[in-house]
Amino acid sequence: MTATLVKEASRGAAVGAGRERARRSRRRARIIALLFVFPALLLLGALVVYPVLFSVGRSFFDASGTRFVGGENYAEMFRDPATLKAIRNTTIWVVVAPALLTGLGLILAVLVEKVRWATAFKLLLFMPMAVSFLAAGIIFRLAYDEDPDKGVLNAAVVSVHDAFQGTSTYPTARARDGQGLAKGTDGSYRTNGTVSPGESVTLGLVGVLPADLPGDARPAYTAAEGKAGPGELRGVVYLDFTPGGGGEQGKVDRRESGLPEMTVEAVQAGKAVASTTTAADGSFRFEGLDDGSYTVKLPGSNFAAPYEGVSWLGPTLVTPAIIGAYLWIWTGFAMVLIGAGLSALPRDALEAARMDGANEWQIFRRITVPLLAPVLTVVFITLVINVMKVFDLVYIIAPGPVQEDATVLATQMWLVSFGGGNNQGLGSALGVLLLLLVIPAMVFNVRRFRGSQR
Amino acid sequence: MNAVRRGLGNGLVQAFLVVVGLVWMTPLAGLFLSSLRSAEDTANGGWWTVFTSPGQLSFDNYSALLENAGISQAFWNTVLISVPATLLVVVIAALAGYAFAWLDFPGREAIFLVVVALLVVPVQIGLLPVAKLFGQLGLFGTIPGVVLFHVAYGLPFAVFLLRNYFAEMPKEMLEAARMDGGSEWRIFTRLVLPVGRPAIASLAIFQFLWVWNDMLVALLFADSASQPLTVELQSQIRQFGSNIDVLAPGAFVSLVVPVVVFFAFQRHFVQGVMAGSVK
Repeated sequence: MTATLVKEASRGAAVGAGRERARRSRRRARIIALLFVFPALLLLGALVVYPVLFSVGRSFFDASGTRFVGGENYAEMFRDPATLKAIRNTTIWVVVAPALLTGLGLILAVLVEKVRWATAFKLLLFMPMAVSFLAAGIIFRLAYDEDPDKGVLNAAVVSVHDAFQGTSTYPTARARDGQGLAKGTDGSYRTNGTVSPGESVTLGLVGVLPADLPGDARPAYTAAEGKAGPGELRGVVYLDFTPGGGGEQGKVDRRESGLPEMTVEAVQAGKAVASTTTAADGSFRFEGLDDGSYTVKLPGSNFAAPYEGVSWLGPTLVTPAIIGAYLWIWTGFAMVLIGAGLSALPRDALEAARMDGANEWQIFRRITVPLLAPVLTVVFITLVINVMKVFDLVYIIAPGPVQEDATVLATQMWLVSFGGGNNQGLGSALGVLLLLLVIPAMVFNVRRFRGSQR
Repeated sequence: MNAVRRGLGNGLVQAFLVVVGLVWMTPLAGLFLSSLRSAEDTANGGWWTVFTSPGQLSFDNYSALLENAGISQAFWNTVLISVPATLLVVVIAALAGYAFAWLDFPGREAIFLVVVALLVVPVQIGLLPVAKLFGQLGLFGTIPGVVLFHVAYGLPFAVFLLRNYFAEMPKEMLEAARMDGGSEWRIFTRLVLPVGRPAIASLAIFQFLWVWNDMLVALLFADSASQPLTVELQSQIRQFGSNIDVLAPGAFVSLVVPVVVFFAFQRHFVQGVMAGSVK
């Protein structure tokens, strides 16, 4: 009996000791676990969580941080024109960039599946993701240079423009006063007097450097001597300047050059009735004109200043231009992510549609896009979050004077807090606004994670 | 007939993609060719003139860059910031990720949800308070300060990624290791880290790139002695035209490292960027 009691007791003691040991080892395990997470929690707490709380608090105080101003900074945000501009530009970014990128990514992802070098293409387009915004900014500052002789984009725009519109050959040419030519408001020149068929005219211009003459220009003297036939109105456009001096103003001297490829119009009663172009020696002629008196006109297009291209980084286009640079960086991302979704699509649905005779466009509209909708949403949301925080690209690409036209929330927050504004109350409020804007994404992430854990 | 049309369609697709590819390459080619020309040449004409007069090309800008004390210092600063910031994030996040996945401690689930919530917190909101804090700690304007900031803001994503990856490990594997009497530290170093290598590689590449390419954080937290390449180049951008012989090769040097990493670790890189884009 005692023995059993002792036994019982000792067993009880043993169980107690076992429990004690188990409890101790559980405590030990917890301490070890806390040691594992401690560095991460310390850094997150001190440098992320605490700053968020601090900024929220700070946003209710004035610039010096001593006076509580309530929501004043938030009201100021919508009064201050510069901040308002930033809100407007960020809205443009968020509306335009993610939609363009998702669309472009979708189109390229679908198309690239059809070629054999898909991998190489994807790599090429994804590569800009490795490049810093700073380097991309420098790249695009170069590309967007306004001078068509330096910026590749304007070089392209100007050459396309000139291919369709033609270039004016004599932007600097003008007529001397009192030599029979009058300047019109549209930059054209016309003869003061009138001429009739059977007569000839000489139109002298100056202001063209001999070096700027077209290579095929010939002296105009012989052509100026020629007599007009009946019913023919002829003349010569020449450079009224003798190289090396000599020569007489208003007369075609022996060594004076014709001005080729000049457009000439015969005008009657204010209407151009015939048009022609001068030959290498500057001569032109109109045939088959009705009798009557005409004035001869050199249209303004001959003298138009050369087309200078587009002012990409000017106040109006700077935001679209920077969005363009952003597209260069992120299109590959959208394409690869959508491409991954595409390769996970059920092949049979596509095959069945093809068997039913659907064409590629119908398959794309009716099957591919609806099935891809979840992937497209993720890409779109990801891009929205990233676009809202865009900073470096705007800061680098927009030239100093245009900076305020291009400003977005992140750059404005920087300028207000550190870049001369020195209003850390308003700066904090802008930071909090940025945080508020991403809260939907935060909720989305937390929900999705909890969903995945069930 | 159908085959002909399809062939024609495919030809059009190919042509279109070739054009897109060329458009994508042009800006980068422009930067590279500009970096090989003198500032004078750049002022007189576009980089495409090298195709007609290749005599402009020389590596003079690059050798000048090597002599440029500011730039070479900035390059080393970039390395001194990126490498520790990457290593620290990987180590700290791996420890925490393992604890969140397999160890038991009070508030584990709730704390991890906070980490998930922190994923999208913009860096901007931390700039001002952390600058004040670092000012008091004497870390403002130093490389360790920049590194710590990057580590802290890299952690939510890093912990999230690694915890999820580690949680996929089979339970039996860990229990077997515990039965064998391995300490948690031993299990972590001998089992968890090797198994987690793919995720760790993606994370490391993403974090390295993020820090290497950063300008905003360093713009505030680094002083002129500790500033990385991005900040150094940024400070010269006001006189864009006259500094182009420094800016173009400098930008090229700064992007050549990530691009090499990109081509060397394509798959990890793409996965890392994909996963990290939630940031």
